[in-house]
Amino acid sequence: MAAGISIKKFWKNANFRLKAGLFGTAFFLFLGYVVYYFPHDNPILFYTHTPRLLPNSVNWLGTTTLGQDIFWLLIESIHNSLTIGLIVATIGTVVGVFVGLLAGFTGGTVDRVLSVVTDTFIVIPSLPILILMASLMRGSATTIMMALVLSMFAWAWPSRQIRSMALSMKERDFIHTAWFSGEGTVQVIATEILPYALTWSLSNFMNATLVAIAAESGLAVLGLSPANLVSLGNMIQWARDRNAIFAEQWFWIGSPIVATVLLFIFLFLLITGYNDYLSMKRGR
Amino acid sequence: MKFRTYFVLRVFTCILTIWIGVTFIFFIPRMFPSDPVENMLGQIISRAGSMDPRELELMRSSLRVQFGMEGSLIEQYFSYLRRGLLRFDFGPSLMNFPEPAGNIIARNLPYTLFLALTATVFAWIIGNLIGLFAGFRKNKMSSRIMESIAICIYPIPYFIIALVLQIIFAFILGWFPLQSTIFHHGTFWDFFASLLKASVLPGISLMLIGTGWWIISMKSLSSTTAAEDFVLFARFRGLRESEIGWKYVFRNSILTQVTALALSLGGVFSGAIMTEIIFGYPGVGTLIQRAILQSDYNMILGTITISIVAISVSTLIIDLILPFVDPRIRYS
Repeated sequence: MAAGISIKKFWKNANFRLKAGLFGTAFFLFLGYVVYYFPHDNPILFYTHTPRLLPNSVNWLGTTTLGQDIFWLLIESIHNSLTIGLIVATIGTVVGVFVGLLAGFTGGTVDRVLSVVTDTFIVIPSLPILILMASLMRGSATTIMMALVLSMFAWAWPSRQIRSMALSMKERDFIHTAWFSGEGTVQVIATEILPYALTWSLSNFMNATLVAIAAESGLAVLGLSPANLVSLGNMIQWARDRNAIFAEQWFWIGSPIVATVLLFIFLFLLITGYNDYLSMKRGR
Repeated sequence: MKFRTYFVLRVFTCILTIWIGVTFIFFIPRMFPSDPVENMLGQIISRAGSMDPRELELMRSSLRVQFGMEGSLIEQYFSYLRRGLLRFDFGPSLMNFPEPAGNIIARNLPYTLFLALTATVFAWIIGNLIGLFAGFRKNKMSSRIMESIAICIYPIPYFIIALVLQIIFAFILGWFPLQSTIFHHGTFWDFFASLLKASVLPGISLMLIGTGWWIISMKSLSSTTAAEDFVLFARFRGLRESEIGWKYVFRNSILTQVTALALSLGGVFSGAIMTEIIFGYPGVGTLIQRAILQSDYNMILGTITISIVAISVSTLIIDLILPFVDPRIRYS
């Protein structure tokens, strides 16, 4: 009952962008994690259908030159791209919050060293380094390894934000009260600081998901994403490689492009909408 | 803090960034089980069929020298820092053997800088003007439409915009060639005209996304500034709206955007790399792609080192110019 009321209240206060973003992202999550499990032919196998079909009642988006069903290939790509994005965002957020809290609360030399490393990771151009690592792993890379590599650049920004948050919170009265009433550092962090940090981290989490999906698809266009990984970027790249543009197979090359564009716009609406919602709750 | 202290600190941070970056790209490849020399040898053996083991050993040691992999790890590291960072010498390129990788990069880098800088400057000016207008008169229909368009363009990855532009303007309409060609023979004007023609679509791809971001950020900045008391006071004094817009809102919001420009350079450079690859524009991006396809290890290391140096130095330059633009800056 209480949950129902707070959801209603949330919905009343939510702005248009937040609502649109929520709906859109939920739709993609539905495609990637519910529709994905509906029984269907393996879309990766060649010649399971007649090649080069236009959309019809069986193949909703037609088929590729290699006789793959485009609709299910797309669902598979959305599933894998979202999974990579979510893994990277999770690792980045957890490590970022941990490093940020550690730096902010320990202070002294630990803080200085961690801050220099964090700041460098924010400034260093990530794409060239990702290209280097991905080209070294070419052929042997797995989805998980790809996600780990992308995570290397996902923790720095949240870490810096959480550190400054920790620094300012350390001096607040209610934290002092908690210290004086005998709570240990770990307990103070877990019960007093984390709830604050998590509200902010949620917005960062969504942003990290978006950045990771973009980075993976960028590497895919360079031909550097694992060849056995069906992601949105790889689907576009394969269609390009197999001359889908020259053969004017617009559904093959177009559907992953449209899906990526929509996914990114919805995620971006969700992020900016959520940030506006937070600042409105803070009364600004 | 004095300007001199600020200057020294910023230069120091820049050097530190470059150092951590290149240390990273030196040690990362060595943590992977794959060895470029063995890969290369494997390719040669598979082509040659069989080889004399003594010759193979000779070849291995000479390749180790070419790849900068002789000596202990520490020796290799210092020789890489000395040769790579001070003299931009990364050894011979393998795809254009024996031309040094550094020379080829030096030939390609100006194209990327031309593309990225022109697009950045145009995007920054156009985006900030539209953003100012949209934030200052945020209740107008046209402001809302502009912002909505920006929100729908900015989050899209660079290569997708590039791909869509390529399909529409080069493939369907045929206004531009599918792949860029630049004439190096003929007069300077032949060269310049072909350069412009090759740069239009990649440039627009970069500009669209950049403009989107500057509209979004400037809109939120200028609408905050427009709500400040001193703007209200200016209205009470009876100043013209255009004067308030330029002298009060614009001048107070634009400085934040100069700082933001420095931070955006890394992203623009990455975007340029991706866009170049789609259009086959002859810059660093295309070079990286060819190097990856042909496993030109020296070239990959070289382009990436240069990218890190280029981005860090351009960020430094903007940061050092900033105090001259913003009288309020506190060198922090």
